[in-house]
Amino acid sequence: MRLLAALLLLLAALPARAEEVVLGLSRDSVSITTDFDGSDILIFGAVKRETAIQAVPPLQVIVTVEGPLEPVTVWRKARRLGIWVNAEAVEIDSAPSFYAVATSAPWKESISAVEDLRHGVSIPRAIRSVGAPMDIMDSEAFTEALIRVREEQGLYRVEEESVELRDSTLFDTSITMPANISEGRYLTRVFLTRGGKVVSAHESEIQVGKVGLERWLFTLSRQMPLAYGLLSLAIAALAGWGASALFRAIRSG
Amino acid sequence: MQIYLPIAEVSVNVFLLFGLGGLVGVLSGMFGVGGGFLITPLLFFMGIPPAVAVATGANQIVASSISGVLAHFKRKTVDLRMGFVLLAGGLVGAALGVWIFNLLKGLGQVDLLVRLCYVVFLGIIGGLMFIESVNAIFKSRKGAVPKRRHHGWVHGLPFKMRFRTSGLYISAIPPVLVGLSVGVLAAIMGVGGGFIMVPAMIYLLGMPTKVVVGTSLFQIIFVSAFTTLLHATTNYTVDIMLALVLILGGVIGAQIGTAFGTRLKAEQLRIALASLVLLVCGKLALDLFITPSELYELVAP
Repeated sequence: MRLLAALLLLLAALPARAEEVVLGLSRDSVSITTDFDGSDILIFGAVKRETAIQAVPPLQVIVTVEGPLEPVTVWRKARRLGIWVNAEAVEIDSAPSFYAVATSAPWKESISAVEDLRHGVSIPRAIRSVGAPMDIMDSEAFTEALIRVREEQGLYRVEEESVELRDSTLFDTSITMPANISEGRYLTRVFLTRGGKVVSAHESEIQVGKVGLERWLFTLSRQMPLAYGLLSLAIAALAGWGASALFRAIRSG
Repeated sequence: MQIYLPIAEVSVNVFLLFGLGGLVGVLSGMFGVGGGFLITPLLFFMGIPPAVAVATGANQIVASSISGVLAHFKRKTVDLRMGFVLLAGGLVGAALGVWIFNLLKGLGQVDLLVRLCYVVFLGIIGGLMFIESVNAIFKSRKGAVPKRRHHGWVHGLPFKMRFRTSGLYISAIPPVLVGLSVGVLAAIMGVGGGFIMVPAMIYLLGMPTKVVVGTSLFQIIFVSAFTTLLHATTNYTVDIMLALVLILGGVIGAQIGTAFGTRLKAEQLRIALASLVLLVCGKLALDLFITPSELYELVAP
């Protein structure tokens, strides 16, 4: 019986194997340099298949790029004694520092709610919460606020119908990363779906990191903070003295 | 042209920053204030995290104060002895201030603390300065000789010291306390504290106006340097790149400001500074009272 069940499962899984993603990235690393002002990453690929293209239900592509997961505290302001102060906080265990989703069709046609839950594709599914204190009844409002604030900062983005899919085979999309992204490993995922069900998935990574002077200063500030502090003072002292000496020279000469 | 700040982890327009430094430099040259009380709130408005704005502001003040004090040394308008007494209080105050700052950061209230401090102190100082300079202008029009008030409670305290450059013989306790309170504010607000210390030195300690600015700048150098080091080692929030751009703008602005300052009368200068202080205070107070458009705020733990 058990063998038969396993066999059936394997058979059911077979059609999913029939279509596979072959993925390309315009680059596998993003360097944060002094003049860094955000970055666009081109994600392209093809669907590899051994059978004829199945027309119904149509094939859809979803691309996600997820930044490093970090804990975050969401504060809500309230009016106390006439002024607005941070009153309540909810700690969110882990939320991606950056999250972009691009789809080839409207969201509802791209993936079902069950599959979204299983694979953690949409933004709310990518956020893992919530250790809300007992006295906060509406902890969802804090998660919603997190998404809203990060969307305004360009850190979370949902771009429906921005994946170009040609002949159900070739696809490409461009993901914009703003200037205020954090460092780390960015997970890129591509899902192929049919009728809202994921038929194939592929993962890849993009490395985002400071380089050169930015890297050096950041590392110094964390590993040798005293030396870093003294360096900043030395620069300040030199600039202050240099400027006044320079202007004195200009005025007298 | 955008510049990426390695510690603040944001990208900002380099010309805007340079201009901000320059503007503040002009003011510091004109009024003898470090300008931190303007730089820190303006950096908030530019999207720099408050902790970075405060710590980097302190670093910028070191440069502008050094640039300013050199001219005062030449004119012999620095009371070194008074400077060291103020400094003794200032260093203790700065350490206390950074401790309070970090305590409140843990409670998520640091932003409020900084803003409240700004509103309260800018309001009091700006208001007093405004009233006083208006009175001074009226008196000088009437032709009355300004009277130097002396012998208050300050003169009944022990530990008397002679301050030759200032021509004072007073207790060391008031200057130490002035230094202490300014040190606390320097650490919390990212300011040099000149806008508080200058009036305190004139009205509380009774120092002659001509040595006040130089002496204030002298002690601010060391208090801000100490504050910078404390922030750099406990919070990692000093951004060298940010400081450098602000400094370059600031030192150039300061030279322009000094040239302007010598052409204006002292009362006019004070009234202009008072109006500016009140303006910044009003803007910050309004932000506290008006319902914010976004009630939620994200804080990295």
